[in-house]
Amino acid sequence: MLTMKDLSKVYRTHLVETHALREFSIHVDEGEFVAVTGPSGSGKTTFMNIAGLLEEHTGGSYQLDGIEVSGLSDSQRSKIRNEKLGFIFQGFNLIPDLNLFDNVDVPLRYRGFSSRERKQRIEKALEQVGLASRRRHYPAELSGGQQQRVAIARALAGDPRILLADEPTGNLDSAMARSVMEILEGINADGTTIIMVTHDPELAARARRNVHIIDGQVTDLTSTFANTEVGVEAELGATA
Amino acid sequence: MTRYYLWLALRSLKGSPWLSGLMVLAIALGIGAFMTCYAIFHAMAGNPIPHKSDQLYSVRLDTWSPDEPYMEPDLPPDQLTYRDARYLAEAGKARYQTAMFRVGMAVQPDNPDVKPMFSVGRMTYSDFFPMFEPRFLYGGPWSREQDGDHSPVVVLSRELNDKVFGGENSVGRKLTLDASDYTVVGVLDTFNPVPRYYDVINGSAFGDEDEFYLPFTLNDQLQKRSIGNNSCWKAPPENSYQGYLDSECVWLGFWVQLDSDADRRAYKDFLDNYVREQKKLGRFERPLNNHLDDVMSWLKVQRVVADDAHIQLGLSFAFLIVCLLNTVGLMLAKFLRRSGEVGVRRALGASRVQIFLQYLAESGLLGVGGALAGLGLAVFGLAVVRKISPDIEVLTHLDTGLLLFALAVSVAASLLAGLYPAWRACRIAPAAQLKSQ
Repeated sequence: MLTMKDLSKVYRTHLVETHALREFSIHVDEGEFVAVTGPSGSGKTTFMNIAGLLEEHTGGSYQLDGIEVSGLSDSQRSKIRNEKLGFIFQGFNLIPDLNLFDNVDVPLRYRGFSSRERKQRIEKALEQVGLASRRRHYPAELSGGQQQRVAIARALAGDPRILLADEPTGNLDSAMARSVMEILEGINADGTTIIMVTHDPELAARARRNVHIIDGQVTDLTSTFANTEVGVEAELGATA
Repeated sequence: MTRYYLWLALRSLKGSPWLSGLMVLAIALGIGAFMTCYAIFHAMAGNPIPHKSDQLYSVRLDTWSPDEPYMEPDLPPDQLTYRDARYLAEAGKARYQTAMFRVGMAVQPDNPDVKPMFSVGRMTYSDFFPMFEPRFLYGGPWSREQDGDHSPVVVLSRELNDKVFGGENSVGRKLTLDASDYTVVGVLDTFNPVPRYYDVINGSAFGDEDEFYLPFTLNDQLQKRSIGNNSCWKAPPENSYQGYLDSECVWLGFWVQLDSDADRRAYKDFLDNYVREQKKLGRFERPLNNHLDDVMSWLKVQRVVADDAHIQLGLSFAFLIVCLLNTVGLMLAKFLRRSGEVGVRRALGASRVQIFLQYLAESGLLGVGGALAGLGLAVFGLAVVRKISPDIEVLTHLDTGLLLFALAVSVAASLLAGLYPAWRACRIAPAAQLKSQ
């Protein structure tokens, strides 16, 4: 589903060169729930941005659902993002002047679905997160947990192959965090691959596989997956 | 997606009414000022008879003083002497030709309820009508035979016919001008080409229309002088009307219709030969310098579009640019304030092109708003010009073409102003925005 091999990401300014990821290799199989942990500045977000085609990598190769994404044009990357990926952010990132229905509608508009199909998908996604009755409400009228559920509905509406969640519970209290986590587990149980960055060891433990990133490299791999043959290979290029 | 972009644009504009209003106002002020000046310029510079402007020629012959040209650089006079105009008109070498001048006469209506009035008309040949093609409400022009017969006939303007005959079909009725009776043979519909290309010399390019037309040949008895320009470089041979007619004073406009290049060359040869013959008689002491100018060349030669109009148009355009630059700044601020939304949309699958088009649609919508408000200001501006300068009232109208032009200019200008802000918006790096939200 997702394979990065010897991937590197270097940020350059006229004064300094920063290696955010180096010789970074990971493979994620379809249906996995991978928790990515690591200290601040370790490269977790860079990994997620590259995985989500929001940034381009500097070196190495990256295959997403069988497509080598290196060198793709902006419109090709946008199309893949729209069709294969779903995003959940720590800050929810809902558009404040659109109601819930129109927020969930955003990725579907770029997908080019008909009005009828968009409506069906939006209603189904909002029902899935328990907010169908509030579809005409605006984000500011919802609690943090509800906003994150809308973000999940928005991510799910297009039936993505992979859900990328960057600290999805970081802004939520523990009860809301648990509720969001339960929804994510349900989504994963339905077959959607999830990669989730988290600082919370308790949430990480609930994932089926843990990947630890430090200094831009995968330094630790703790699989809670019982059958390691099924899915997981995360390799540390430099230290393997 | 266009509908979606427009829907988003409308929401965005409604979401920040003050900022949007400010941008619309900036565009409107620029468009209003520009369109006010452009409407006047357009009327001045337009082609008044597009279907045959290249077949109608003003004739100029250099009868001026041997000591100095009429105007630098070596230009002949703008009008002809009576002798030359009469000869050329009656030589009949062109398909149509006419000499003409403006006269003022007293109109004495038969109807006692209508007071006598002073009226300005034109003495010309019958060819005037097929050449310049005024539309007749009633009747038609007089004939070439009536030119030759010195027939006392008259063609009225719609306005004079309304005043004297209450707008009725007056063909066949008598009109008294300066105590002489003339038979009405035709009544024109409103005929006031802008500019009045066939008579721009006498300061009447944008003035009121002529109220009546009389056969030029009647002047043999009437002995009228032009109420327009009269230029002489030497005194008439004798102090009488005949002396004036025989003089080298120029006071008559002269036009011909030449349908092809061959006709034009032949007519030029005819003019040159005529002047050579006149030289043998001691006239035309300057080198051969005959000119045939078609309508648009003539308007250019006569500087019908004043330098002031060019300057005003330039200044109003500069003002429009300043307004647009302000709009660019406001749009940039507005669009970049929504960087977070751009980041989200990019993450959810919008390409740079789609983001660019979304913001360009918003610019276009601002342009439509600016155009509508700007047109309102232009209408107001033209009304002010009309109030201040009633003599150029004819130049102060916005027709459908100008309205569409204003709309197109405004939307194009707004799209242009929106290009850079939209480009900046679409270049926003989504990753940075998503984390900072």
